[in-house]
Amino acid sequence: MNVHQISVFLENRAGQLSEITAVLAEHHIDLRAISIAETADYGVLRMIVDDAEKATGILLSHGFILSMTPVTVIAVPDTPGGLAPVLQLLAEAHIDIEYMYSLFTHKEGQAYMVFRMSDEEMFAKKLAEHGMHPATKEELGLQ
Amino acid sequence: MPNYYQPEIETASREQLLAWQNERLVKQVQHVWDNVPYYRQKMEEKGVTPADIKSVDDLHKLPFLTKADLRDAYPYGLMGKPLSDCVRIQSTSGTTGRRVVAFYTQHDIDLWEDCCARAIVAAGGTREDVVQVAYGYGLFTGGPGLNGGSHKVGCLTLPMSSGNTDRQLQFMVDLEATILCCTPSYAEYLAETIHEQGLRDKIELKAGIFGAEAWSEEMRRDIQNSLGIKAYDIYGLTETTGPGVAYECSEQTGMHINEDHFLAEIIDPETGEVLPEGEKGELVFTSLTKEAFPLLRYRTRDICVLSRKKCSCGRTHVKMSKPMGRSDDMLIVKGVNVFPSQIETVLLEQGYPANYQIIVDRINHSDKLEVLVEMAPDKFSDSLADIAEQEKTLVEALKNMLGIYAKVKIVSPKSITRSEGKAVRVIDKRKI
Repeated sequence: MNVHQISVFLENRAGQLSEITAVLAEHHIDLRAISIAETADYGVLRMIVDDAEKATGILLSHGFILSMTPVTVIAVPDTPGGLAPVLQLLAEAHIDIEYMYSLFTHKEGQAYMVFRMSDEEMFAKKLAEHGMHPATKEELGLQ
Repeated sequence: MPNYYQPEIETASREQLLAWQNERLVKQVQHVWDNVPYYRQKMEEKGVTPADIKSVDDLHKLPFLTKADLRDAYPYGLMGKPLSDCVRIQSTSGTTGRRVVAFYTQHDIDLWEDCCARAIVAAGGTREDVVQVAYGYGLFTGGPGLNGGSHKVGCLTLPMSSGNTDRQLQFMVDLEATILCCTPSYAEYLAETIHEQGLRDKIELKAGIFGAEAWSEEMRRDIQNSLGIKAYDIYGLTETTGPGVAYECSEQTGMHINEDHFLAEIIDPETGEVLPEGEKGELVFTSLTKEAFPLLRYRTRDICVLSRKKCSCGRTHVKMSKPMGRSDDMLIVKGVNVFPSQIETVLLEQGYPANYQIIVDRINHSDKLEVLVEMAPDKFSDSLADIAEQEKTLVEALKNMLGIYAKVKIVSPKSITRSEGKAVRVIDKRKI
């Protein structure tokens, strides 16, 4: 199963982020990755949680605006240069990265990177060609 | 030395003025009755005919006109002359519904320019002067009005239009401008720039005629001290003609209304009752002489006070105070009329919630308009580029509607206070 990221609209004002994390904590939602993209006035909080469906329900009921986006999570060796083969593959295939960030999860010398690509389909194809496979929800222990 | 452009009119006795007004009002009501079916119907609904209007004392019997009437009658419904007799239009910004399009015959242009000429001469203008008109030219009445007045006086006219400060200053210095016409906030900005660029000793300005937006006595003092000039206020609106409906004399204690052309009343904005002289209320104008766009009892929504106290300048025309506020929710930003409902229309059209807030401020002597808009669930995108694109679309739509730039700030849903009862839609931080 594909991993889904939750994107939440953030107004650029003090306390916005802590409101969100407090709500999630209250409902025992575990954050696995978090990233913020921002402009001067607003931002988008992107996160991977252990139970995306539950988290979206809770956030929506608290009046937050959000969307679910499929993303690709790749395990890379947690060593210097570990990310290089993936990036090289992207460069060769002319696939643009819209954004990327890392998961807190480490497993058996592996780090996990979250990717959002301009062309997810092509990305999947190229990964397969190079014998790489996106991490599944099960592998990451996500609901 | 008395500074009059048309002394026999500007200093006419009250009796003479009243005689002109009576005669012109009777004639104007007949003209409107005969040529403006829209207003004639309003008169008929009120049971009034031209025969009931024998003098200024009967003015109160006539129905009011409001901006809503201008909307209903847009574009030709209030015209008193065929288009073939008209030579010009001027207009305010806004959409069809809010935009005012005023028509002028050559006669109307002449009387408008006479009014502006009176203002220029009252500010000390003569044919020896160089008048720099830094009001916008085009549909906006500011530039064309003062330009025409300046021609009438015989001044050398610099038709600069607004903006391009470096060029303004270069012409001001090189061509030795003596009278500056622009908005007061732009005058403040020019004054600051003149000091920054060390040009204070190189300018020959002696007077300024500043209008189209609200300004305080404090601003007047600042501009006067900073530029070493005398700063005069001027008032007008597109519906009546444009600038020059009223103007200040050397006494600087209010603006003389050109009463031979525009009859002023102060009414209670709630009841519509005419208030006695000296009471604060809404200013209502009746055009006595205009042919093409002869509005009778037009409600300006400006709140002010009239005074007939004898003026040391020798003019006998009634004086109006600076407008102290509005009886509607119209804002004037950079001299442009802005209604919150226009902004609401754009937001709804673009799919945003109608819960918004307008913040007006004056930064570096320039009005800034900001609109806080709540993010809509179906507008949200994970991509910042998409949000930026939506924001840009909204800014463009607002600019099309308002005619001026408004910064858009997208905020969280339901974060704009929904007050109980009347929502606070506008926060005006300008200290005027």
